[in-house]
Amino acid sequence: MGSIGVGQTVIRKEAWEKVTGQAKYTDDFISNDTLTAQIVTSTYAHAKIQKIDVSSAASLPGVKAILTGEDYPILFGQLIEDHPPLAKGIVRYYGEPVALVVADSAFTAAKAVAMIHVFYEPLPVIGSPSQAVAANAPLVHEQMILYEIAQKDIYPKYNTNICDQKKIRKGDVERGFTQCDCIVEAEFHLPQSDHIAMETRSAQARIDASGTVYIKTASQSPFNVKKIISKVFQIDQSKVIVEVPFVGGGFGGKAPVQLEILAYIASASVGGRAVRLTNSRENDMVSSPCRMGLEAKFKLGATRDGMLQAVQMEYLLDTGAYSDIGPTLIKAIIVDCTGPYKIDNVYCDAFCVYTNHPYVTSYRGFSHASSAFCIERMMDKLAQKLNMDPAELRYKNALRPGCTSPTQVEITSSNFGDLNSCISKLQEIINWSEGTRVEVGENKIRAKGMACFWKTSNSPTDAVSGVFLTFNTDGSINLNCGCVECGPSMKTTAAQILSEKLKMDINRIHVNMDVNTKYSPEHWKTVASMTTYMVGRAVLRAAEDVIRQLSSLAAVVLRCPPEDLEVAYEKVYVRHDPSLFLPLKELVHGYKYPNGNSVEGQILGRGSFIMSDLNVLDQETGKGKSGPFWTVGAQAVEIEYDEKEYTYRFVKAATVIDAGRVLNPKMAEGLVKGGMCMGLGLGSRESFSYDEEARVQDTSLRTYKVMHFGETPKYLVSFVETPQIDAPYHARGIAEHGIIGIPAALGNALSVAVHAELDELPLVPETIWHMKTGGIL
Amino acid sequence: MIPFEFDYYKPASIREATEAFTLLDTAGKNPVYYGGGSELISMARLGNLHFGSVIDIKEIPECKILGYDQDNQLVLGSALTLSDICESKQFPLLEKTAGRIADHTMQCKITLGGNLASTLIYRETVLPLLLVDSKITVAGIDGVRDFPISQIFEKRLNLPKGSFAVRVSTKKGMISSPYFHIKKTRNEKIDYPLMTVAGIKTGGQLRIAFSGLMPYPFRSVRVENILNDTNDNSVRAMEVVNLLSDKILDDLNGSCEYRKFVLKNTILNVLDTMKEV
Amino acid sequence: MMFCLQGKSLVTINVNNDDHELLIRPSDILLDTLRDQLGLTGAKPGCQNGDCGACTVLVDGWPVKSCLMLTAEAVGKKITTVEGLKDAPIQKAFIEQFAFQCGYCTSGFLMVCYALANIHPNPEDIVIDEWLQSNICRCTSYEEIGTAIRSVLAGKIK
Repeated sequence: MGSIGVGQTVIRKEAWEKVTGQAKYTDDFISNDTLTAQIVTSTYAHAKIQKIDVSSAASLPGVKAILTGEDYPILFGQLIEDHPPLAKGIVRYYGEPVALVVADSAFTAAKAVAMIHVFYEPLPVIGSPSQAVAANAPLVHEQMILYEIAQKDIYPKYNTNICDQKKIRKGDVERGFTQCDCIVEAEFHLPQSDHIAMETRSAQARIDASGTVYIKTASQSPFNVKKIISKVFQIDQSKVIVEVPFVGGGFGGKAPVQLEILAYIASASVGGRAVRLTNSRENDMVSSPCRMGLEAKFKLGATRDGMLQAVQMEYLLDTGAYSDIGPTLIKAIIVDCTGPYKIDNVYCDAFCVYTNHPYVTSYRGFSHASSAFCIERMMDKLAQKLNMDPAELRYKNALRPGCTSPTQVEITSSNFGDLNSCISKLQEIINWSEGTRVEVGENKIRAKGMACFWKTSNSPTDAVSGVFLTFNTDGSINLNCGCVECGPSMKTTAAQILSEKLKMDINRIHVNMDVNTKYSPEHWKTVASMTTYMVGRAVLRAAEDVIRQLSSLAAVVLRCPPEDLEVAYEKVYVRHDPSLFLPLKELVHGYKYPNGNSVEGQILGRGSFIMSDLNVLDQETGKGKSGPFWTVGAQAVEIEYDEKEYTYRFVKAATVIDAGRVLNPKMAEGLVKGGMCMGLGLGSRESFSYDEEARVQDTSLRTYKVMHFGETPKYLVSFVETPQIDAPYHARGIAEHGIIGIPAALGNALSVAVHAELDELPLVPETIWHMKTGGIL
Repeated sequence: MIPFEFDYYKPASIREATEAFTLLDTAGKNPVYYGGGSELISMARLGNLHFGSVIDIKEIPECKILGYDQDNQLVLGSALTLSDICESKQFPLLEKTAGRIADHTMQCKITLGGNLASTLIYRETVLPLLLVDSKITVAGIDGVRDFPISQIFEKRLNLPKGSFAVRVSTKKGMISSPYFHIKKTRNEKIDYPLMTVAGIKTGGQLRIAFSGLMPYPFRSVRVENILNDTNDNSVRAMEVVNLLSDKILDDLNGSCEYRKFVLKNTILNVLDTMKEV
Repeated sequence: MMFCLQGKSLVTINVNNDDHELLIRPSDILLDTLRDQLGLTGAKPGCQNGDCGACTVLVDGWPVKSCLMLTAEAVGKKITTVEGLKDAPIQKAFIEQFAFQCGYCTSGFLMVCYALANIHPNPEDIVIDEWLQSNICRCTSYEEIGTAIRSVLAGKIK
């Protein structure tokens, strides 16, 4: 017997498959007739391709095709079509695919890759966003003006490296600063880093005799894969079928389309034969997109009593060599640019700039972990200057109903939640009142830092989701939805919501774990912590659809008005006399009278959802609504710092998040803790380093370090539940948020411990030593 | 996936191994001796190393010895894994050192001989051996010979072509000397060393060896002389830093200046903790 | 007689207590053989460099990263993959403690935990840390995995 409904811990539906090795991920589907593709990557960050010598590789037995940019002179991109699948004429980042080998085995493919010689003429590199916007900087894309722009709100500055600019102009910032008694200013430099989903990206493609393209891929966006392949190669959407099995972690990195295009051209080059293309870890880190870098300049002011008056900021987002989702990342920055605080005078410029770094895409938190680092460090600097408790400063300024957001959306209890309750609860669980800096002897300091976060989504204004329900003759349900199972248990959540609505044992609800664009209803993308909201709303509609059909059929059989009927516990019963009922199994495939006459037929449920009342932001002021609600919270990190060695260890990390309603408590806690763990990694060790030629140096997990077992703090997670009234059972998205404030909270804790302003990431001991001592022995 | 082919030999005796090497070498099969293989495989996969045949020495009985010989020396076969050595609990400093190389699962594959002969600059297992005057038994075409570690290990294990380390022998008395082992990394525990410092105290005198500080591991008598004189601790620490300073590494793990800082602190730490031992 | 493989050769490999006769290249990697030839895809190619642990299998009961082992080396050894675990307590513990999300690292972690519980049934915390530091999980906070292995070591899950 399973459980019924939301609010209680439910084991994920695919649990046993995942502990027995039976859960299949894209590259686990191996058949003997599948060819293997491998990419040859650029060894320069910026160079002209003089010549690609494939002659010896091509003559290797078993090599079926070798492709270069000359074979497919096409451009793609979800917002700006600036990206060739294989570099043509020029490479713009270290690791960029320059050739593609298709061979009869991985062995032959690897051998052939080693035999391809590419000759380059190096060009000057753009190694940082500030270099990119400097006067007379070389252009990463000289022909930007020719690129097709696929979305309305992109504002490139031609003949520069700026591919988009977004602005917030709210209130009067100059006047705002004149009202301030206290102003703090700072600059921030945050490096690129990588998703490191444990499953590297992988795609398979084949084309059948009718020209139908089948793609199996580790993607968070199967429907986008379909649309992009269809658009780029001018194939009817009905002839592009995308399948996604289990996905081994996404974190935003599997939202864009890349390997799918390469797998498709690989298959096309060998007459449509099945081809698999799986990234090595090295390629996954640099050839496929990574996480954004950011430079920011900040000025923040408040009155003596700590009330924020004005903020001015400039962001340069390092989108790397191609724009991908970069323009939406800066949109996400400006939308939430004040942090969850009331500031009436806001002046914000955000630029999305090309560099010769690996290109970037969405990453858990969608730019917020970076922007929150800046904002929350500013809040601590201000608190220090005001000689005020940083928690009090945040509490005083927290947004509340009646305020407006930077894009002038009115804050309500439903769309925002209750940040102050989060702050108060956080102070309790982390024992804030014992002091943020305590000397514990032997050169050791215990220090705490905090940060608040908020995040809304930035989907297209018409993002959709959908659900189909069918019944088995035993009355159990099959739930078909288009979201991907990449870890956060969204398929189980969908079942849980249906279980609540139909008051039905969750074990009697079966969810398709894979997605197939041919038969699954479209779900925009499994991103942005929007899946519970979008799929959940579709589930509720589909449930209402089957309730209506079941009631109408049962009303005929039970000879009562349909409105007197309830559907629950796999029965349809008369509300005022539950002894009058029909079991679901007698209705779901039509009702059969004792004499054999039958009526109706299968009960087929459908539920659809589309984002409503979102709009495009005003180009000059940023005014507009980008997402249906925020999820807010407060976080803290406690560290033990060694004053002699400049090292530290994590003691505690805490999060209080306003979840609206917690649907699956242990899962929710796990998602938040996982995000926190990743945030500690970003704060303490994760980053790309480059050499002088802008080549990434940390291209394997040997040198690119993530958090490991045993290095983690004690995690404290607590929830506040302020209903989000249009969300399924009032639940807000929480999948990303655990990460957002953690790097900032760590930066704040360490700055307090060290008595230095630590405005860079990651905070490795050497950085702290350098900032504290100036690097003098 | 290793993008080239090679042949695999697993000799059952030293003699089979060295003969195979000679034959394969003569035949142009570019042989390499193969221990745990983790380094060879990862370098071969990335195209940084090429060989025509491997001679896996893990089934040679002499390479698997773990125990005391008739001279009361601890004998450790070169094909023992780091995990074998740690689990045996026979040589505390080596156990400590081996237990901080790569991660535990890797320690179940990396062999003592493989780590000593590594092409990477760290070769941390040599540190204890340098400190306790171990002997390395080397098998070559012309038979088996013992070498004092100080003679055969200078920056790297300098084996004549076609030979391999069979075992390491150490006098029992040395093994039980008081010791220290400090491994510093950039930030993550499982990492190459920013520096590893290992040492023992024997006859009232400190011995010390380093990995990760320079592009090779070393024991330094000059550093030991500084440590064993009577100056103030901080003076001695700075003398060590100054002595070594012009060869200290500057890389992604840490700048040269930062390494100097960590070195100074570590020496102070060592002087302090080993004072009363 | 010296064991040798010259070019593609037939070998017998024991995996999950079954002998398999396989045609391999001496340069073949155990992970690839398990996945491509035996269809045992529980071990995952997370990095192929020994850094992530997703490919961990047991070799004569000890955890080994199968991406850094030649198939040739497995001759004469007993290899156990996640598919060879039959209702091991650690599997149930992982489910109950929510010790995985995407599931990709899970097989590797399970094998390390399983070996640890067999070899050191009463380990100190530092030993648990050392063994489990061999693997990377990107979804959980590791705390869940720690709770799972400790519940098995404490005999709470049979």
